Amino acid sequence: MNFDDTPEEAAFRARARAWIADNAPHALKPELEVAGFGHLHLQSTDALAASKAWQKKKAGAGWAAPRWPKIYGGGEVSPIEQVIWGQEEGVYAKLAGPFVIGLGMCGPTVMHWASEEQKRSLLPRLAAGEDIWCQLFSEPVAGSDLAGIRTRAERDGDEWVINGQKIWTSGALDADWGLLITRTDPGVAKHRGLTMFFLDMKSPGVEVRPIRQMNQESSFNEVYFTDVRIPDAQRLGAVGEGWSVALTTLMNERQSIGGSMPTGVPELFDLCRDMDLLDDGAVIARLAKFAARSSGLRYTAFRSISALSRGEQPGPENSIGKLVAGSLMQEVAQFALDLEGEAGLVEDPLLAVHQGRFQAMLLRSPATRIEGGSDEILRNIIAERVLGLPADIRVDKDLPFKEIPSGAAAR
Amino acid sequence: MQLDFSEEQRALQADVRRFFERACPISTVRKVIDSGDSHDPVLWKQVSEQGFLAAAIPEAFGGAGAGYLELCLVAEEVGRALAPLPAVSSLYQAAELILMTGSDAQKRTWLPRIASGDVIATVAVAEAAGNVAADLISAQVSGGKLTGRKWPVSDGLVADLAIVAARCDQGISLYLVDLASAGVSRRAVKSIDPSRPQAEILFDGVAVELLGAAGEGLGLIDAVRDRAAILVAFEQIGGAQAALDMARDYALGRYAFGRPIGGFQAIKHMLADMYVSLELARSNSYYGAWALATNAPQLPLAAATARVSAIEAYKLCSSNNIQTHGGMGFTWEFDCHLHYRRARYLASVLGTSPLWERKLVAAYRSAA
Ligand SMILES: Cc1cc2nc3c(=O)[nH]c(=O)nc-3n(C[C@H](O)[C@H](O)[C@H](O)COP(=O)(O)OP(=O)(O)OC[C@H]3O[C@@H](n4cnc5c(N)ncnc54)[C@H](O)[C@@H]3O)c2cc1C
Repeated sequence: MNFDDTPEEAAFRARARAWIADNAPHALKPELEVAGFGHLHLQSTDALAASKAWQKKKAGAGWAAPRWPKIYGGGEVSPIEQVIWGQEEGVYAKLAGPFVIGLGMCGPTVMHWASEEQKRSLLPRLAAGEDIWCQLFSEPVAGSDLAGIRTRAERDGDEWVINGQKIWTSGALDADWGLLITRTDPGVAKHRGLTMFFLDMKSPGVEVRPIRQMNQESSFNEVYFTDVRIPDAQRLGAVGEGWSVALTTLMNERQSIGGSMPTGVPELFDLCRDMDLLDDGAVIARLAKFAARSSGLRYTAFRSISALSRGEQPGPENSIGKLVAGSLMQEVAQFALDLEGEAGLVEDPLLAVHQGRFQAMLLRSPATRIEGGSDEILRNIIAERVLGLPADIRVDKDLPFKEIPSGAAAR
Repeated sequence: MQLDFSEEQRALQADVRRFFERACPISTVRKVIDSGDSHDPVLWKQVSEQGFLAAAIPEAFGGAGAGYLELCLVAEEVGRALAPLPAVSSLYQAAELILMTGSDAQKRTWLPRIASGDVIATVAVAEAAGNVAADLISAQVSGGKLTGRKWPVSDGLVADLAIVAARCDQGISLYLVDLASAGVSRRAVKSIDPSRPQAEILFDGVAVELLGAAGEGLGLIDAVRDRAAILVAFEQIGGAQAALDMARDYALGRYAFGRPIGGFQAIKHMLADMYVSLELARSNSYYGAWALATNAPQLPLAAATARVSAIEAYKLCSSNNIQTHGGMGFTWEFDCHLHYRRARYLASVLGTSPLWERKLVAAYRSAA
């Protein structure tokens, strides 16, 4: 039980700190510190260019994908060293937004399933931020029930022909590569007829249409495929093995998301201090409960890190991170706007209380509760995998896919 | 960084768990409740011989000298077993207060006997509705004699020694009171958790001895409760885990509409929420254990955080455990209500949530 660095960890931290001091884009620091929740916007420069520049610089010194093998562009550091790196990187980590899906989900999937040659050509570029990756999983008819996707892949010699539609694809507009799950056999049960590919997003027949989100941003998109051709060499896993490949991605998704999610609680304390509300009984009661949840998340992450550094695998208990953080931030935002009174109506960052950060949280937090496994799916995972309760009844499990009834599509 | 217990500490915990499984089955708890006894003397003697609860008392004063991390894990097992023992009164509070502020003579007189279980000690602060505050204390000491009425006093009927908060010229002070002294009269009062009995004690000109500096009583109570809150949080997570395990087992075995009720999402998700609440409380308690063991400056914040979340987790797990059991959960015969009652005892005994929420925010504020 200790929070101290071992001598090796302390030496690593010193090295990380020194490198950041010499290399980070310090001019952006003030802007990054106040950057809100949701998409990154910078006044002084183009955010994507700034992100790419920082990622590239990190890659040169092995900090871009710290855990990965060096031959794939990584730094081969230990789990605990990655955590230390993250602590030291601090606000500059906000620049990694465009690469999170690639580094956290697509990269590990490629690393597990692609050929050696592919790994050596794709992964270093991904790590260095030269290529942006997106995750082409969800469809209008299938989100939580991912195995119900319909985008078709049909074999034509050495190639596959793709037709269909994906939706909610984050970052597709900027993406160079996509990880694409398709249906190759509608005649068998739904989990068994799937096949995974990676695809050049500039391929003829790929069309990306941004979707305007409820918070007025548009990080996610619709992606249409019309007779898009993918070489068979870009298949990951065997034909029909797509579900297993997808599980690699999803496992990594929950892990990378679960780490250290913002909750808005420190910001709420600042607001209460500025408004001189820290002696108000009603405020104290809410604030303390929020703080206890937020602190519980922080130390749950610390416990996972401790387990990781002892060489243990973090288990499904990791699911609680996003489950707690999503609704916590939503409640914090609602409460902050209650405290702001009618001024809470103002979103304009120049006028709004605390640069409008609680308004931004209010409008972004619903997404946290849906993306990457909704609250309900996460509760199911905890109930089934941690507590050992029975799985839900699945009426479609053994039916051939084409006989499964379906209702309204999401769009 | 290791926010976790060591293998040796886990091995000790496993020993303690096996001990309680053998020495404190639920029938032992029931026996205390049904007989109206204050505690189980046989169990108390065995626990004392093992030295489990004296883990944090230095060897020089008759304790095991193991440390607070060990005591935290013992507390978790006490909570899991619903052990009917005066641990919160005698060890987590009274012994800690004497250690914290007693004179050398007071430590040598009392600590070895508390450690060996020969003396049961308690703390008597409350006299009226409301969390501890100077204006709620009217018990008074003048000329070395204590007069007043204290209720509820946990384990007050069986205790040999009480640390009493009372008024004196300098404000509120703490006093050591031998409860066998002339002028002490006491009676049992019905307790919401009969496995943790309560008493009312009348003091009529009882000879007392000052403990710690005069006028510092409330500060000392506050300080000792920060420490006790962390140990109690471990009892709470032990109890909450037991309640969750009971609910899970029942949900797997009970059938309705042709399948286990644990297959219905309303039940699954309720249990998942219990698990989440418990994990948050557990993580906060581990942090508290670290702060307690290292006497960290973050102790007040860690204690309040652990307490607020452990109170909530045990309340949630014990009430939803009843819900999961349906009508059976509302019977005297099933054990669900034992956790529900214990959760309430532990939520009240060191002062309730509103007090600790204030402490949490105050500590956060001064830490920032
Ligand atoms: C901001 C954002 C970014 C995203 N980025 C990507 C991306 O980059 N790539 C990608 O592929 N996808 C992405 N998604 C999609 C996301 O993964 C899905 O939205 C999510 O899995 C839910 O699927 P759905 O939208 O189809 O909702 P549905 O699955 O239709 O769910 C609707 C409601 O039904 C509930 N529900 C569904 N099944 C069950 C069940 N078995 N038990 C109980 N309740 C159930 C859900 O919890 C939800 O409340 C993104 C989503 C958001 C919001």
